[in-house]
Amino acid sequence: MTSTLPKKRARPAGESLVWFTASALGLCLLMIGGLIAVILTNGLGFFWPRPLVLFSLKDGSKRLAEISAHEGIPNPGRLDHLVNKRTLLKVGNRDLLAADFEWVNDADIVQREEPKEAWFVERREYGPFLGFPVRLNEAGKEIATTSSAVAALLPSRLRTADHDRAAIRHLEKDEIGIINMRIERARLATKSLDARALRDPRGPDQKGERDRLAAQVASEQQVYAARQEELAKVVEKAAARTLVLRSASGEEKELRLLDIFRAYPANRLSWLERASIYAGRLGGFLWDDPREANTEGGIFPAIFGTVMMVFLMTLVVVPTGVLAALYLREYAAQSVLVRIVRIAVNNLAGVPSIVFGVFGLGFFVYTIGGSIDRAFYQDALPTPTYGTGGILWAALTLALLTVPVVIVASEEALSVVPRSIREASLALGATKFQTLLRVVLPSAAPGILTGLILAMARGAGEVAPLMLTGVVKLAPDLPLDGFFPFFHLDRKFMHLGFHIYDVGFQSPNVEAAKPMVYMTTIFLLLIVVLLNLTAIIVRNRLRRRFQTSAF
Amino acid sequence: MTDERASPIRIQTEVSSKASQTSLAGAVPAIVADKLNLSYGTNHVLHDISMEIEERRVTAFIGPSGCGKSTFLRCFNRMNDLIDNVTISGKLQVRGLDINAPTVDVIEVRRRVGMVFQKSNPFPKSIYENVVYGLRIAGISDRATLDAACEKSLRGAALWDEAKDRLNDSALGLSGGQQQRVCIARAIAVEPEIVLMDEPCSALDPIATLKIEELIYSLKNSYTIVIVTHNLQQAARVSDQTAFFWLGKLVEMGPTAQMFTNPSEKLTEDYITGRFG
Repeated sequence: MTSTLPKKRARPAGESLVWFTASALGLCLLMIGGLIAVILTNGLGFFWPRPLVLFSLKDGSKRLAEISAHEGIPNPGRLDHLVNKRTLLKVGNRDLLAADFEWVNDADIVQREEPKEAWFVERREYGPFLGFPVRLNEAGKEIATTSSAVAALLPSRLRTADHDRAAIRHLEKDEIGIINMRIERARLATKSLDARALRDPRGPDQKGERDRLAAQVASEQQVYAARQEELAKVVEKAAARTLVLRSASGEEKELRLLDIFRAYPANRLSWLERASIYAGRLGGFLWDDPREANTEGGIFPAIFGTVMMVFLMTLVVVPTGVLAALYLREYAAQSVLVRIVRIAVNNLAGVPSIVFGVFGLGFFVYTIGGSIDRAFYQDALPTPTYGTGGILWAALTLALLTVPVVIVASEEALSVVPRSIREASLALGATKFQTLLRVVLPSAAPGILTGLILAMARGAGEVAPLMLTGVVKLAPDLPLDGFFPFFHLDRKFMHLGFHIYDVGFQSPNVEAAKPMVYMTTIFLLLIVVLLNLTAIIVRNRLRRRFQTSAF
Repeated sequence: MTDERASPIRIQTEVSSKASQTSLAGAVPAIVADKLNLSYGTNHVLHDISMEIEERRVTAFIGPSGCGKSTFLRCFNRMNDLIDNVTISGKLQVRGLDINAPTVDVIEVRRRVGMVFQKSNPFPKSIYENVVYGLRIAGISDRATLDAACEKSLRGAALWDEAKDRLNDSALGLSGGQQQRVCIARAIAVEPEIVLMDEPCSALDPIATLKIEELIYSLKNSYTIVIVTHNLQQAARVSDQTAFFWLGKLVEMGPTAQMFTNPSEKLTEDYITGRFG
């Protein structure tokens, strides 16, 4: 009998599976890459200053506009479906034209030109103004009456307007703000005196106290009036500087320089100037407050709110999750009960986030917040202080939402700490607690941080529970400022995820809002990436310190 | 005995004073086991083991795998406490102290009976922090004391010359033999009375093994050492006394030279000559 080796197969078993697995990964990458590409292409071009085109139409009217989109005219079922083209013009001038975007059929366009004198003016209200400069007025006098003279003087005058704006802002926000706060405190103090008098009609005489408060309010109101007057003077002086522009249709419009943020002759810009405008707009987007129902201005309060909320959540979720995992893994006897608890914790991660939102509203906001108000903020009632949505309650709700992730990751990390080093520590006379604190926890730290990364990513991207527990469309104050006690955990806040929803789907001005949605998304992604990168760098540091060697 | 139970701390002082007296008088047993039985649940692992281990001698435990010698060794510092379902009966005295008595502080026992494990298990910390770990958990934080203890222990573990310039490097960056010596330094840093070694060389190459053996030889002047080994030559080289275990029972114990040349039991002879095992 002769035995022969089996012939080599054309394709080793399982080879096709490799392709299968690789294509699955490829699909995932394609989806993620496509998503990011869509966001970037739609968002990043938004701030680039495009040329202004003057269109002459068949009916004799004229439009000065940025070209926003170009597409075939849909006419389903007909031969000319998508054959004829139309253009979406960003004409601005909402105060004159009612709408700042307009579709124009290409067939109606007689002539296009790019006039050198056309300016793009960003202002506080009604969106941008697109037109030709006519005059510059200062204190009732015309200081420039030709287009070129205006162009020469405008930059320095706009810088002055910037300073004026800063001064006005300082007066309004800081000085008058403090006075308002003091008056409010005096009012609350008076209210609390009223309440005390009502409870105990024969109580101590309150006259002295009341007189003192009344005097304080009176003096504060005097200062308030003085500041208001000062403010009115600054505003009046600044408002006397105006720019007169002529729109494409020939109407003249006088704008206060105070209301103009940026102005540039769009068709005379060099690449460098365009780039600097781009950078300036991006910077403004990052650092300014929103304007015009969030469709213009910046997203700084939303960025700040998101980051602060995530930090607060982390502060709560890490100790809670790690301690819970420690007990489950290290102290609890591994009984049926513990196994049930573990399964319950895992399942908690699958509960829809809106349910956590409802729970947060019912438990944190109404129950705990309401009790806090009754106990400590009696004077302010019926206006709630903690009994309404706020950044603290939102952070706690998200902590509840993400704690299963941290517990599971921490348990996993604790379970892979080798038994040998625990024994080494115990054999040296360490107690179990010392062993946990000095050996086990440091070794498990990288794994715990992985859980934290997952929790942060989930927390930063969550919107639904926040809508119930403290996010608002526009928050007048940041939850962190220079007034005692600095952290205002009761304040409502803005959040990038909610901002996307609000700008994209609740905005009256869809065309203007669209690019804002993409840009906000980019920044939300960037923040999540940045937070995660920080955690990953820390984790890798720890790993390098605690890596186990193979000898 | 009742007085001693009331205060474990006082036991220590009494025992050590007793030890200093008796060491002059001659060999007094450091560990006395009397009819020690141990079971994991229903699995009876150690049967009626009685022995005396002399002070400042090296005692080797030999025997085939699973014969209970490591389990017996781990009784001396109550490491078996970490395993569920262990029942121990009989008496085990470490320097006169019944360590299984309910009033005994197990932390104190482990501080006085150090241990080196089969696989080197340094903490994921610097060499320095590894060595002074036992002192730190005892609450010593004075830098000068720690520095002195670190140098003394590393010298004692014959690692000082190799490690003195890299005390702040991770102990995990050392070779296997060096790691094992860090573990020995760590064990002797707290100045225990007894050092237990559970197959300390089983994962090391012959050169590293030789170094550890030399180390054991030098340590026996200051410590009572109990070593579990599968390497019969090693037992012959380093130990003064040898105990042979077989299926959870102590078959024979005696001076090493006698055990390896003229054992009184047939079983011992068969094992040592390699007829089985």
